[in-house]
Amino acid sequence: MDNEKLKSLIESWEPTAEVTYEGIQHLTAVVAPEKLYALAEKLHGDKETQFDFLTCLSGVDYKEHMEVVYHLRCQATFSEMVLKVKIPTRTKPEVETVCTIWRAAEWHEREVFDLFGIVFLKHPDLRRILLTDDWVGYPLRKDYVDTVNIVSY
Amino acid sequence: MSDFTTDESGLKTQDYFINMGPQHPSTHGVLRLVLELDGEIIRRVIPHIGYIHRSIEKMCEHDSYRQIVHLTDRMDYLSSHMNNEGVCLLVENALELEVSDRVKVIRTIFAELTRLASHQLWWGVMGMDMGALTSFLYAFRDREMINDIFEKTCGARLTMNYSVPGGVMFDLHPDFVKDVKEFIAHFKTKLPEYDRLLSDNVIFRERTEGVGYLSKEDAINFAVTGPMARASGISNDIRKHKPYSAYDRVKFKEIVSDKGDTFTRYHARILEMWESMSIIEQLIDNIPEGEIQAKTKAVIKLPKGEYFQSVETARGELGIYCVSEGDKSPHRFKFRSPGFSNLMVLDHMARGSKIGDLVAMMSTIDLVVPDIDR
Repeated sequence: MDNEKLKSLIESWEPTAEVTYEGIQHLTAVVAPEKLYALAEKLHGDKETQFDFLTCLSGVDYKEHMEVVYHLRCQATFSEMVLKVKIPTRTKPEVETVCTIWRAAEWHEREVFDLFGIVFLKHPDLRRILLTDDWVGYPLRKDYVDTVNIVSY
Repeated sequence: MSDFTTDESGLKTQDYFINMGPQHPSTHGVLRLVLELDGEIIRRVIPHIGYIHRSIEKMCEHDSYRQIVHLTDRMDYLSSHMNNEGVCLLVENALELEVSDRVKVIRTIFAELTRLASHQLWWGVMGMDMGALTSFLYAFRDREMINDIFEKTCGARLTMNYSVPGGVMFDLHPDFVKDVKEFIAHFKTKLPEYDRLLSDNVIFRERTEGVGYLSKEDAINFAVTGPMARASGISNDIRKHKPYSAYDRVKFKEIVSDKGDTFTRYHARILEMWESMSIIEQLIDNIPEGEIQAKTKAVIKLPKGEYFQSVETARGELGIYCVSEGDKSPHRFKFRSPGFSNLMVLDHMARGSKIGDLVAMMSTIDLVVPDIDR
């Protein structure tokens, strides 16, 4: 499917989504946290899009807001797109889990929770994954301070 | 701990938990699995990872792009060249930098040699996990030749750092072509030995065939990649679907089979070794002349934007996601490592099978723990 068509399809499902594709690598759709799950479910389940493969799930800290980025792929056609959720707050960032849609998200979301402190609502097993359970703070946040392990130069 | 339940004979039974690892020979590194067992049957596998988490992604946010290349081969050290190549390709694509044909071909040959070395080591330890020491010695004998080839050209044997943004660090050693040809000729006679030793061994087949089944739907759902996914019937070789370097000019078969059991995963890698040799043979005689490095600025700054680059490592798809704000260091650098997703599926695969089969299943996931922990 070409970008033009995919864009209009996404906008018909979710009118608030900001969809862009010009001058960037993948078509990107940005949505608000409460709109994410419904759109993700559509992108996965709809016959026309069929994004059944979650390549990558990453958190990004933009200092004023946080983002979770989903790299999606259709296994049959190898077409790809990026779904982003923009979380306006850093104090208590929350977004619904997508691991009921793509099981692959389960560990990735645990990792984002571990390193960014983004809480994935309805996640079946939201624990720290890479760091120890008693670790304080979220290391990949931009304001994280660790005078022992991070040497500035 | 689950509660006591009463079985049909009136005896009280209880599932129990045992720890496998973090120091267990078949976990290939520091990985701890908590097994919930009902007698010998596995009810659940709870992997605990992160023992060697070094926060490479955080380090990347402070490093220049040239330095990042050097961190990546500390992740999946057996696919070190492909990891380096991934970052280099990302930087080159972001800068719209064209590298010479010579570099593309050299990188491809190096990547395939690395893949061969990685699969050889995997084959050796797979045999060892199943209780056969001979395979380990066979594999290391052959792998030594590849490491020597690497050492001659770039000085390092494992973590090579041979790729740099814009090209490769040094030109090839004068003996390179001769050595590679010698190795291929040697390994072509040795690979059938691998088959005779393990693939056709009755005990080995009994322990692997029909064990640890992974369906195509599950493999997609869990985002499994690499030979493991291809053994479950998914065609997802990045070298085929999104060719980079010189993969668009070579002919090779993507090894796809839909049986999805441990033996198929094992056999997929053996067949991949033949394909890798074929790729090298197609390229080794016509390495084009040209520059080994394109001109780059001393300090590389990527234009503001987001980039994603996938490469096919020996374990599967390594995805690199980079957010640049236009500085000399990235704002965010994320590695989607193949081992991370491939390990996650172990719990699903192992449920209901015997504890003795778990080691066979883990071997065909081909774990490299630093790749998972990053």
